[in-house]
Amino acid sequence: MNPNNYLILAGILFTIGAFGVVVRRNAIIVFMSVEMMLNAANLAFATAARTTGTLDGQVAAFFVMVVAAAEVVVGLAIIVTIFRTRRSASIDEANLLKY
Amino acid sequence: MNGESVVFWITAIFAVVGALGMVLSRKAVHSALWVAFAMVNLAVLYFTLQAPFLATTQIVVYTGAVMMLFLFVLMIVGVDSSDSLLETLKGQRLLATLFGLAFGALLLSGVASTIALRDNGLDVANGDYGGNIQGIAHLVFNRYLLAFEVTSALLITAVIGAMVLAHRERWAPRKTQAELSRERTFTSQVTPLPNPGVLARHNAVDTPALLPDGTPSQASLPKQFRETSHEDEAAKEVTS
Amino acid sequence: MTAALIGLPLFGATVLLLGGRRTNAWGHYFAVAMSASSFFVGVATFMSMLGRSAEDRTIETHLFDWIAVGSFQVPFGLQIDQLSIAFVLLITGVGTLIHIYSIGYMAHDENRRKFFAYLNLFVAAMLLLVLANNYFLLYVGWEGVGLASYLLISFWQHKPSAAVAGKKAFVVNRVGDVGLSLAVMLMFVTFGTVTFSGVSAAAGNGDATSLKLIGFALLLAACGKSAQFPLQSWLLDAMEGPTPVSALIHAATMVTAGVYLIVRAHAIFDLSETARTAVVVIGAITLLLGAFIGTAKDDIKKGLAGSTMSQIGYMILAAGLGPVGYVFAIFHLLTHGMFKAGLFLGAGSVMHGVNDDVNMRHYGALRGAMKITYVTFGLGFLAIIGIPPFAGFWSKDEIIKVAFEQNTLVGLCTLVGAGVTAFYMTRMMTMTFFGEARWEKDVHPHESPSTMTIPMIILAVGSAFGGLLLLFVGDIEAWLEPVTGFATSTEAGGMAWLMPTTLLVIAAGVAYAWNTYGRRPVPVVAPAEVSLLTRAARNDAYGDAINEAIFMRPGLHLTRALVWFDTKGIDGFIGGFAALIGGLSARGRKLQNGYARSYALTMLGGAALIAFVLYLVRL
Repeated sequence: MNPNNYLILAGILFTIGAFGVVVRRNAIIVFMSVEMMLNAANLAFATAARTTGTLDGQVAAFFVMVVAAAEVVVGLAIIVTIFRTRRSASIDEANLLKY
Repeated sequence: MNGESVVFWITAIFAVVGALGMVLSRKAVHSALWVAFAMVNLAVLYFTLQAPFLATTQIVVYTGAVMMLFLFVLMIVGVDSSDSLLETLKGQRLLATLFGLAFGALLLSGVASTIALRDNGLDVANGDYGGNIQGIAHLVFNRYLLAFEVTSALLITAVIGAMVLAHRERWAPRKTQAELSRERTFTSQVTPLPNPGVLARHNAVDTPALLPDGTPSQASLPKQFRETSHEDEAAKEVTS
Repeated sequence: MTAALIGLPLFGATVLLLGGRRTNAWGHYFAVAMSASSFFVGVATFMSMLGRSAEDRTIETHLFDWIAVGSFQVPFGLQIDQLSIAFVLLITGVGTLIHIYSIGYMAHDENRRKFFAYLNLFVAAMLLLVLANNYFLLYVGWEGVGLASYLLISFWQHKPSAAVAGKKAFVVNRVGDVGLSLAVMLMFVTFGTVTFSGVSAAAGNGDATSLKLIGFALLLAACGKSAQFPLQSWLLDAMEGPTPVSALIHAATMVTAGVYLIVRAHAIFDLSETARTAVVVIGAITLLLGAFIGTAKDDIKKGLAGSTMSQIGYMILAAGLGPVGYVFAIFHLLTHGMFKAGLFLGAGSVMHGVNDDVNMRHYGALRGAMKITYVTFGLGFLAIIGIPPFAGFWSKDEIIKVAFEQNTLVGLCTLVGAGVTAFYMTRMMTMTFFGEARWEKDVHPHESPSTMTIPMIILAVGSAFGGLLLLFVGDIEAWLEPVTGFATSTEAGGMAWLMPTTLLVIAAGVAYAWNTYGRRPVPVVAPAEVSLLTRAARNDAYGDAINEAIFMRPGLHLTRALVWFDTKGIDGFIGGFAALIGGLSARGRKLQNGYARSYALTMLGGAALIAFVLYLVRL
């Protein structure tokens, strides 16, 4: 089994996640897309661990998970706060910070 | 075709399907479920990559905790709040497709053509300390100890941040039981308010109950969902 | 001792300027006291100098290190030697007399205290000029007298003509000052030092070109300060200042600073024949030009100003003749300082008596009304035209003799100059004191108060006997010889015909003037139908017109062109560039549309671009 396949899969998932961030307007789905990108990165880390024969890649993936958890907590809290004031979860609604 | 290949191809296809489903679903709840599906498949892939600890964590933390958190927030925001798939920003979707395809194509062709990876396998590394978890623990508590400690600070900060963001000041003193009963007795609404979703097509928190004459009752909704009725949202979709 | 010479008048100026109106009552006496005490210090210094042998007479006083930058070392040092002390006595002596005179002359001026402060300031600056032991410090004094001159010329600044004259003097002097600063810089580059002794010692090491350039720069400086051709135009306008100022600054002392500078830098000029020739040519031109202007002026002060230019031309010419002439340049400078100051004070006294009218055509027959003025002015007149045994005779005669020895053409210039001098001074004398009275209606000529007449009398005595004293009692040639060098002419005996010829030329000038102005009535209004030459002389030989045509107009056009280029070209470019940036920014600002998804799209595009670049370089 060629490890390149794992990397290609990671690339596909990352691209789909990025696409989702750009085209979706629901803030929660945007967040999910970000999580998908992080997962793709984790997959690449795990693959790297296998190709190099060390566990460092897995540790990196572990740290990414920790950071992702923290990010999700704060991000969702922000979404809830915005929803409270603007009664909408669309990120296009929050566009006052502009020219 | 060895066993790993079989597992890889099945889970890889499932994961891509899950990701696409997330992006293309109209409703947020469906997206969340697709993501959970993709993540479970990724967990399986971690097993084939000889990372049982990561696989377990993926299921416990991501599909278990993070995605559930997403679903909770969706409950607050409104399970039924579906996204319009109409694009409002001019050229956004076209450019996104273009950039996405270009980025993906370049990334994949780069990976496919230029990097020749050797498969060293993790048998040795996993065996050094008697297992994958022991090996990771050794690294985390030795080489990456500082990073590990810093993540603890990060997590506590995130918790406090979430609390601060979600916290709301109480502007009026808490009503006593006597006040509440008096209020209830001397207003026109003597009976309890209907629950959201009663007799309606959804039982979500943002779906108003239907009154006996079939009209939706705004009074059945929690405060933050009132006024933005389904009719309003539909009207918004049309105008946008 | 030396520092006290400068310090006393400087203290006076400081007290009067900072003290303000509180010093109004006694300020003029204080200024006179400061000037006089400086004079007494000078006399004391002179006495102690007399007691020493010729080699020991130079005293250097090092006050402090002024500028010490790498190899550029300028001490704040004073040097008093035979040349300096002569100037010190002239400046403080004549200066004190003019201070006293000014008490009477400025009695009714409400700004009298300020006037005396400026006079003290001038005396201090002039003393610094002649006492400095290096060219850099001399430059400070040089600028100081320029400042005092500016302040005093435009003292009556309520008159636009006075304000303009002060500005003109300042601007024209600036041209000369550039010459001096160039000379100082060139000296430092060439010799590595700017002290008098250092430059004199090292002058032999300089190459011919450097010496020539330094000489020219010094000459330019002297031209500016001493009103020599082609920078002569300011002196005639400078007569707008009060008459004591004209007497002290624009006749006796400041305008002779150029002569001092050239004599002081004789080490340079001794070695550069070209520079010396240039000095002689400038001196000869100015001597004739000034005399020419003096012949046609009806304004008594402007006539005297032309005469001053002419006499300084004599000095510059003598200084340019080299070691044979330095001593006589200084000799003539000293005698001129006395008789010209006396003449100016006399003119001031006349003006005082006729309601400040300066037009000589309104004078006439004043000898009866103003006897003391008449006598003192007459003595000055005899001195300047060179009648023996009065002061001017001795000094001017020596210059003419030396000039003839060096070059017949130069000698002829000086001889003609002497004749013209006799003409215009006789014209001035007769128009003022002889003939019939042509006074304006309400003019009642009267003699001036004693504060004014006493200085005039003292200066008249100096005019009468100063030359004799300096030449025979003081032996000025031997006195100055250690400083300036002195070479007696080889064919000293072969010029016996010269003195009678000179006297004959002078007599001819006097006779012609008497014939024209003394025996015939003088028209009250200047005749309009006059020859081209007269008209040129009345217009200061068109000096202003030439300056205007050569410098002012092209400068004006250049400035206009530059302004046009600045507004259209540079401002246009800058403004256009700013507008371009502004326009681009206004459009680029629209990118900040507030939509997070747009920003994310931009990031995605950027990531694609980076991936593309990485792909290209195969990382």
